[in-house]
Amino acid sequence: MIFGEKPSAISRLTLTNLSVRRGGRRLFDGLSLELSAGEACALRGANGAGKSSLLRAIAGLTPLEAGEVAFGEADPALARAGGLHLQGHFDGLKPARTAREELTFWRRWEGGDEAGLARAVEELDLGPLLDLEIRRLSAGQRRRLALARLLAAPRPLWLLDEPLAPLDARFRARFAELMAAHLASGGLVLAAVHDPLPGAVKTLELA
Amino acid sequence: MSRLLALLGRETALAWGRGGGPLVTVGFYAGAASLAPLAIGPEPGRLSAVAAGVAWVTLALAALLSLERLFERDYEDGALDLLTLSPVPLEITCAVKCLGQWLATGAPLALAAPVAAVALGASPALAPLILVCALLGGLAFAFVGGAGAALSLGARRGGLLTAVIVLPLFAPPVIFGGGALDAYAAGLPWRAGLSLLAAYAAAAVALSPLAMAAACRNALS
Repeated sequence: MIFGEKPSAISRLTLTNLSVRRGGRRLFDGLSLELSAGEACALRGANGAGKSSLLRAIAGLTPLEAGEVAFGEADPALARAGGLHLQGHFDGLKPARTAREELTFWRRWEGGDEAGLARAVEELDLGPLLDLEIRRLSAGQRRRLALARLLAAPRPLWLLDEPLAPLDARFRARFAELMAAHLASGGLVLAAVHDPLPGAVKTLELA
Repeated sequence: MSRLLALLGRETALAWGRGGGPLVTVGFYAGAASLAPLAIGPEPGRLSAVAAGVAWVTLALAALLSLERLFERDYEDGALDLLTLSPVPLEITCAVKCLGQWLATGAPLALAAPVAAVALGASPALAPLILVCALLGGLAFAFVGGAGAALSLGARRGGLLTAVIVLPLFAPPVIFGGGALDAYAAGLPWRAGLSLLAAYAAAAVALSPLAMAAACRNALS
């Protein structure tokens, strides 16, 4: 898997009987899901039900107690190395750096090209923010920067943790359009949400 | 390769800004080194005998200063997750982070070390050897220190824990470098100490990324 530059194609996400334990407590057990290219799934559950842990487990960051995660035909290590975006609670942006520096770094790190970044900046209307330090940005503006990463480096599977929460109505609608375009091009989305997820055809409920 | 260059640029820039960056580190170094004459006394003979050693030990302490935040910020703000989800093996990513740390703080410290030693009364002929020792030692300090910083991820008072983990591992390079400097000043064969220091630095560069990556994975899970 070293330095594989080719983005891996993920046509399907299959979760089979997943069980995850955190801090001595079993969060969920026997969880299964089948998601095909072009489909979005809303992940629902109360605070602390394990939505974030499930996303992290799919990304391979949290160990599974039992069960299996498969990415269609793709090798799991390759799929995780270049086939999925994880947008977590925290946005990974450094307060003292400018939006441009951070976006450029992440675009290069995640293997996107300049045209992709320019398109992301345009779609999310980030132009006026580029030369500001991250610490000057509001929560919604920071979230838009984090979401721009998804567009700047195309990867088929998006694992999103409450992507819409800090966004205003205009950018919620904009992001819904962008997600629809991602799904139309064969992408997959699994998003933890408390509000309805636009375009979702499936719902996974964590008790 | 473009990824690694991008990461090195980011790490150097972050290390430059971390905890005040190289100016604060070098400032701390100069301040700590100038305490020595206050404690030992200004008598030139006595001071010049210990000058190189003082400059060298203070360097090891100054290298600890900004280590604490090497992984901690990326861990706390989620960037470490994204750095992990990449075709680049986490071991290489950790090594590049340490290299950035060394470029931003180790290299400026290495430039300050001969100046401090000569100012304390060491013979100017020692300066080139001090520079080489400080460059090699700084590399060892950055990589060994990186392993300590990664191991203390998620702990309360991680900086203190990093120092406790790392200081014993700083002993060998301090001994080797100090030995080489002593031998050179006394006109004895000094290459053995320098070779051991270089070997320690090489081992640290080769082995510590494995420990750092394992510690990061553990902290993330």
